[in-house]
Amino acid sequence: MKKLINDVGSVVTDTLRGVAAAHPSLRVDIENKIIFRRDAPRPGKVGLVSGGGSGHEPLHGGYVGYGMLDAACPGEIFTSPVPDQIVRATTGVNGGAGVLHVVKNYTGDVLNFEMAAELSDDEGVEVARVLVDDDVAVRDSLYTAGRRGTGAAVFVEKIAGALAEAGAPLTEVVRVGREVNDRSRSFGVALSACTTPAAGRPTFELGEREIELGIGIHGEPGRTRAAHREARELVRIAMDAIDDDLPLSGETLVMVNGMGGTPLMELYIVFAEVAAYLKEKGATAARRLVGNHVTSLDMLGFSVTTCALTDELTRLWDAPVETPALRWGR
Amino acid sequence: MDTRFFVIWMEEITAAVRAGRDHLTRLDAAIGDADHGTNLDRGFAAVAEALAARPPDTPGGVLVLAGSTLIRKVGGASGPLYGTAFRDMGKALGDAADVSAAELASALEAGLAGVRRLGGAEEGDKTMVDALAPAARAMARTVDAGGDPEEAFAAAAAAAEEGAKATVPLVARKGRASYLGARSAGHEDPGAASTALIVGALRAVATRRSPRSESRP
Repeated sequence: MKKLINDVGSVVTDTLRGVAAAHPSLRVDIENKIIFRRDAPRPGKVGLVSGGGSGHEPLHGGYVGYGMLDAACPGEIFTSPVPDQIVRATTGVNGGAGVLHVVKNYTGDVLNFEMAAELSDDEGVEVARVLVDDDVAVRDSLYTAGRRGTGAAVFVEKIAGALAEAGAPLTEVVRVGREVNDRSRSFGVALSACTTPAAGRPTFELGEREIELGIGIHGEPGRTRAAHREARELVRIAMDAIDDDLPLSGETLVMVNGMGGTPLMELYIVFAEVAAYLKEKGATAARRLVGNHVTSLDMLGFSVTTCALTDELTRLWDAPVETPALRWGR
Repeated sequence: MDTRFFVIWMEEITAAVRAGRDHLTRLDAAIGDADHGTNLDRGFAAVAEALAARPPDTPGGVLVLAGSTLIRKVGGASGPLYGTAFRDMGKALGDAADVSAAELASALEAGLAGVRRLGGAEEGDKTMVDALAPAARAMARTVDAGGDPEEAFAAAAAAAEEGAKATVPLVARKGRASYLGARSAGHEDPGAASTALIVGALRAVATRRSPRSESRP
């Protein structure tokens, strides 16, 4: 394993040191592992807090700032943050209008955010939650942990964050956040596994001509292994899975996401195929993101996330945002 | 069993988790995200520190402090789940200064109930419940049949180990392994494996003659 780290034990802390040094618009509490907007709490504004395991950068810390999150809690690599950390973030961004937790649907994230919500409530902070579960590779069932939360977290944070920035009450911010999640779907493909610093070797082995279909964002294997093939066909597999679950039509917000190790050139090749697929279905890529937004350390591959837009969602997506990873209009 | 017994149990767990860390992480790499061993190792190291810094004066106090520390330090699913298990066990023991095997057996049932309530898993879902439930049953059965603590803990440890091994062919229905569907079969569940280590540590405390132990359990 060759990684640009100092010590396996200080990876998260050293990352936060870098974030603090690179982004003076953020206030980074390195000891408690929280990234705050510098001006938090904003009186009268609903606070947005998200968090999850580290290793998905820029999610979530890269989305802290004007028009998006007020704080992010990075856990250890691929491990959810702990309740104390989330409570501290929640009380730290509470401007009196309540706080929204944006939680990706993983057992660990759900449990730790639930505990934190109860503890925050004890401290007099009103907390509501939007659960993100957009990954169509996982068949939903009452008897399982349900779908994973992946790329739609970026959409929820941006759109709910814009509404909160405009001064909407917590109930409205929750409503729009849930609507974004309900209208979003994702599917991921890996060409290689990722290597966590602690494990020091890839989490699974793929042969030279093998790929994993339906992967999550934690280096866990996907649902099936298949033979590698050209980008056009891989995109068709991903888009068919999305379209089967929620037929694509009309104006669509589309993200082609790298998993951390994929050259941008290849992501554009993928995007061209995604745009062509949408056209075939009578849909348009009305708003677009291409790049590394929800990563899995050094994994090679891509994921596609779509969201069926409404006028309201489009307007909120277009609203000004100023964070390390997304910025426009300001 | 007095307070000292429970402190030694925690020390045994810390040592067992440290020794089994890489094995647990490898099990987790197969069907999860390759961090179970490192997370628990970090958690129980913190438990050891907390017990040294603020030594509780009852068995229940030891377990509640251990549980709270795991919830605060581990993260993931295993932090809240193991944390709740130990906290609920500790609360079941109340303020008693000395605990009988029967009381510990019903505390273990309380811990199991806490895990089920929080995680929603049942036996057969390929989770820690598959080791913890048979362990609790075996301990209660042995105590009811008049067995001494040593026999009760040995039965519980054997049942937990058997339960963990029996997760191999199961298809996961809870936790991160559930995303793999049928591909989760053929691997031992890391949570069940760590539960077997934790219950196994109880057997180790009861059978070892510790020079630091003031009273035999």
